Amino acid sequence: MSSDMDDLRDLYRELILDHAKSPRHFGKLEDATHVAEGINPLCGDKLQMYFSVDENNKISDARFEGSGCAISVASASLLTETVIGLDTERALKFFAAMVSRLSGRADEAQGEDIVEEIDLGKLRALEGVKEYPSRVKCATLAWHALNSALRDIRQPVSTE
Amino acid sequence: MITAASGKVSEIASGGEGIEQARNDFPALAQDINGVPIAYLDSAASSQQPECVIDKVAQYQRHDHANVHRGVHTLSHRATEAYEGARDSLVAFINAASRSEVVFTSGTTAAINLVAQSWCRPRLKHGEKILITHLEHHSNIVPWQLVCEQTGAELVVCPIDQRGEIDVGNFLKLMDDRVRMVAVAHVSNALGSILPLEQIVAAAHERDIPVLVDGAQAVPHLQVDVQASGCDFYAFSGHKMFGPTGIGVLYAKESRLDAMPPWQGGGDMILEVRFDGTTYNELPYKFEAGTPNISGAVGLGAAVEYLRALGMQNVERHEVALLQYMVEKLSTIDDIRLVGTARNKASVQSFMLGKIHPHDLGTILDHQGVAIRTGHHCAMPVMDFFGISGTARASLALYNNRQDVDRLADALISAREVFA
Repeated sequence: MSSDMDDLRDLYRELILDHAKSPRHFGKLEDATHVAEGINPLCGDKLQMYFSVDENNKISDARFEGSGCAISVASASLLTETVIGLDTERALKFFAAMVSRLSGRADEAQGEDIVEEIDLGKLRALEGVKEYPSRVKCATLAWHALNSALRDIRQPVSTE
Repeated sequence: MITAASGKVSEIASGGEGIEQARNDFPALAQDINGVPIAYLDSAASSQQPECVIDKVAQYQRHDHANVHRGVHTLSHRATEAYEGARDSLVAFINAASRSEVVFTSGTTAAINLVAQSWCRPRLKHGEKILITHLEHHSNIVPWQLVCEQTGAELVVCPIDQRGEIDVGNFLKLMDDRVRMVAVAHVSNALGSILPLEQIVAAAHERDIPVLVDGAQAVPHLQVDVQASGCDFYAFSGHKMFGPTGIGVLYAKESRLDAMPPWQGGGDMILEVRFDGTTYNELPYKFEAGTPNISGAVGLGAAVEYLRALGMQNVERHEVALLQYMVEKLSTIDDIRLVGTARNKASVQSFMLGKIHPHDLGTILDHQGVAIRTGHHCAMPVMDFFGISGTARASLALYNNRQDVDRLADALISAREVFA
């Protein structure tokens, strides 16, 4: 591959391509407690996200299905690997950290705190989208779906 | 350089040599994208503008702007001349019978909505039908769905086949005695198919059914003669034919426009306003309420003069050869699937490359300076038909050349490497 393709490798890193080709936790989760759909009508990305949250507020399982570009599928796949085993509050912090980091709004006070607190680990592989403004939505789609799925359980908590 | 800005038909173009040089008339095509010269293959979404259009609009803004049709001062006179001069250019370009038949709109979408609301809505009754095809752009579907909801009429859709063609026999069969309007694309924006207008119009007129043609993807590529085609309405947009955005045209036979009530009310579309009744202006002003997009019309007029100078026959000849080259070139790439293989096609080729999502293709190609469109192309029913969520689409215009196509092919091959 020519050298001018090298920075393209920053977007399509091996980890991204691997998860896009072989998405983890792909398929329907029959006993999901929380479900959300993420649609990006501009590109036709369509992801269905499933989460099982146990009595201790821990995400015991996560799956997804649907179709999308390499970035959106890899992001959803990495999301499932990340959030399984987390409690929902922690998972939502990952959502906030990912959105602020990828959309380049980490300077916002809240976003900065969260980004500092959360170690994104291999999710950093998605940071390449920052250079591609039209693709940020692809990378954050699954995370927005996670947020809206989990907010359903947070809602009753906050009204108490 | 074609001197269309002056309104003169250049002698350069008469022999057809102008086409090969035309690329130099477009300043946007002289730039680098991501460090390499741009290969712009997205003219079906919106075309670039030649220097003469940009200059004409700037000159109008700098020296000649005022409101049209209503001042006695010099600038108002100049603005009116420029605006109406653009209309004259369009009349000649599409061979309308008179300037009464060329209505300025904001684009194809507004033109189709105008016909749906002003021609169809007062006439349609419950159970009557509007006939379209499966390959229409959303803007030639949704306006009819709206008027069907408003009147209880039914939208009938003629199917397409795997090539992206309609079966004319089938289309004529669907044209039964309850059909009150036929609306078809001249050229499909997603598939490139050219529809057999002559047969459709002839059959519709035998049954006294008016025909609207969505010509947005045809006017920049083919010689369009509205009188020869016989259609009743022909809609198109400025920004796909090297003019500005926000301006377009509804051509309609005078007899049809006479029988239509105004769609929008306001200034400029009236002769006399009284509280006990208002008299509408003559054609085409009856359908141009409010201060129009004067600079847009002026720019479109300049684009039309540019095209007339080049000669649409020359444009068509150039593009037919280049499309054939593009199809052949793309066909040599492993794992490519061409979507839209109609035998009679213009300007566009949609495709899929292996399992690579069109969006990823779009990004990888952009990285190499190649601009294509990816997604559903505002033709979701077409995507549903082929069982896909979207395609990559390369579209040609008069300024493209073989190097652009070669760049596309090379970029697709390196996309396969990225996803190997």
